[in-house]
Amino acid sequence: MARLRRWPIIPLRLWYNLIRRIFVWRSGYSLDEICREIRRLTVECIGSIGVGHIGGSLSIAEVLKVLYFDKMKVDPANPKMEGRDRLIVSKGHAGPAVYAVLALRGFFPKDWLYTLNKPGTRLPSHCDMNKTPGVDMTAGSLGQGFSCAVGAAIASKIKKDKATIYSIIGDGESQEGQIWEAAMLAAQKKLNNLIAFTDRNMMQIDGYTEEVNGLGNLAAKWRAFGWFVQEVDGHDCEAISAAVDRAKKKRNRPSMIILHTVKGKGVSFAEKAGPGCHSMSVTQEDVAAALAELQ
Amino acid sequence: MEMRAAFFGKLGEMMEQDERICVLDADLGKANGTMKLRAKFPERAFDCGIAEQNMASVAAGMASYGLIPFITTFTPFATRRICDQIAVSIAYARQNVKIVGTDPGISAQLNGGTHMSLEDIGVLRSIPTMVIFEPVDEIQAVKALPQIIAHDGPVYIRLFRKEAPAIFPENYEFDLFKADKLTDGADVTIFASGIMLKKSLDAAEMLKAKGIGAEVVNVHTIKPLDTETVLSSLKKTKCAVVAENHSVIGGLFSAVCEAAAQHLPVPIIPVGTKDVFGEVGKLPYLFERFGMTEADIAAAAEKAVAAK
Repeated sequence: MARLRRWPIIPLRLWYNLIRRIFVWRSGYSLDEICREIRRLTVECIGSIGVGHIGGSLSIAEVLKVLYFDKMKVDPANPKMEGRDRLIVSKGHAGPAVYAVLALRGFFPKDWLYTLNKPGTRLPSHCDMNKTPGVDMTAGSLGQGFSCAVGAAIASKIKKDKATIYSIIGDGESQEGQIWEAAMLAAQKKLNNLIAFTDRNMMQIDGYTEEVNGLGNLAAKWRAFGWFVQEVDGHDCEAISAAVDRAKKKRNRPSMIILHTVKGKGVSFAEKAGPGCHSMSVTQEDVAAALAELQ
Repeated sequence: MEMRAAFFGKLGEMMEQDERICVLDADLGKANGTMKLRAKFPERAFDCGIAEQNMASVAAGMASYGLIPFITTFTPFATRRICDQIAVSIAYARQNVKIVGTDPGISAQLNGGTHMSLEDIGVLRSIPTMVIFEPVDEIQAVKALPQIIAHDGPVYIRLFRKEAPAIFPENYEFDLFKADKLTDGADVTIFASGIMLKKSLDAAEMLKAKGIGAEVVNVHTIKPLDTETVLSSLKKTKCAVVAENHSVIGGLFSAVCEAAAQHLPVPIIPVGTKDVFGEVGKLPYLFERFGMTEADIAAAAEKAVAAK
């Protein structure tokens, strides 16, 4: 049934791709170029202090690009704009990638990226709404940002501002019980204005998720919690974009899009480190090598 | 009137005038008397189910939208269970969430030791920006509400649920951040909060008969502590008793001692639970069991006077 229901969407996707390609051609960017630039800036940002959460930052470059360059109604000149769409990155340690995309989108000057974690910086390791323009919620203690996103989605309904609330959680983070408390309430309150993503990179600090405290069939779990669930290649911008569009059509349920990703994606030394790339030292030689391969 | 009815009744009135106010429960809407609000404000008053951690962060997310959510549950769940959510989602993120904990300390009575929060003030007092307020009667609880709403930041309201002896008159006005001196006395100060205030006033009467003048000060706001009032009273009496429905570690006694140690070190004797867990029982038994009666306060005052 699911397949039957999906096939009429294909022509729409073709139209969408055609229009998007015209836009991309006119803006002088190819899709991947923005994602490569997010990765270059992320690596440079972390390299400027020599250590940081590189793996889980690089794995979400595509979803950040799709949201900030395509889907989200935001105004870099007015980051607190009423009625804006919001993104709450509950895996708050992905700050460097969030900062890279916000700088690219013009929320603050790119040279801020080289102040990461330095004294008095406005870009701390974990996302902080009171320090960084464009960050919609403070997160870092895992599980909490996702509940905050549920709260924001409830508030948006109360205020009737028609915003979409996005949230990105980690697969390791999904071991937190609070994620599932929030999942239940979101379904109970039929929050169709909430679109969440799981960065399913299969790794966490201590090793592979399935060896530490296995998450098993995440899609089935989210479906059982009453969510509209899709699974896509998390490094395919078109697939992510189409999934967001399908999610927006759901009238009675919150949406979970599981992004199958690679931790450290696009940067060989990070990918090779496996779970070790969660937080690792990044030398200037590493930065140079990464920039060369991301050209 | 029961304090819950007075407090949430007033909150309901304020919700009519102020569309930012929301009320979130964790399956204790019946116990806390918030059910009526749900019928009246179905969008802004709702139940999060038995999931306090989620409720706290959901409230923070709502506050990030400019709303003023009140989260409500029993004190142990409103504090120690959700300590990290209060620290990070609410306080660190600077979200304007109000936390209402009911049945503080030994007033959990027949729910027993698991439900007795004798450390909740200590837990929250160490979190920056937290305001901790414990009303003594319905008048003070109701009169505090507009000030709590006007304060931009997290406030923990430690609310006795049932009927409390009336202390303040209808026309009582007070400043949330100023302690109230109730009686004058030159020999000893009794700093008291919550249900221990009435006992302290009774103890002051007992002391009077013995020729000891006790100055009873209601420290309704434990954080930030009104150090000015505390120190000016200590300057006069040179010794004190602190009576609180809380452990003697981390609560009002600690707060008063922290202020006195830095500015005016004098003997201060605590009346509260002495680093022990709570247990099941009714209030009269529990006051006796934990050494928190009028007589205990009066004896502590004599001890303080003797130690001068």
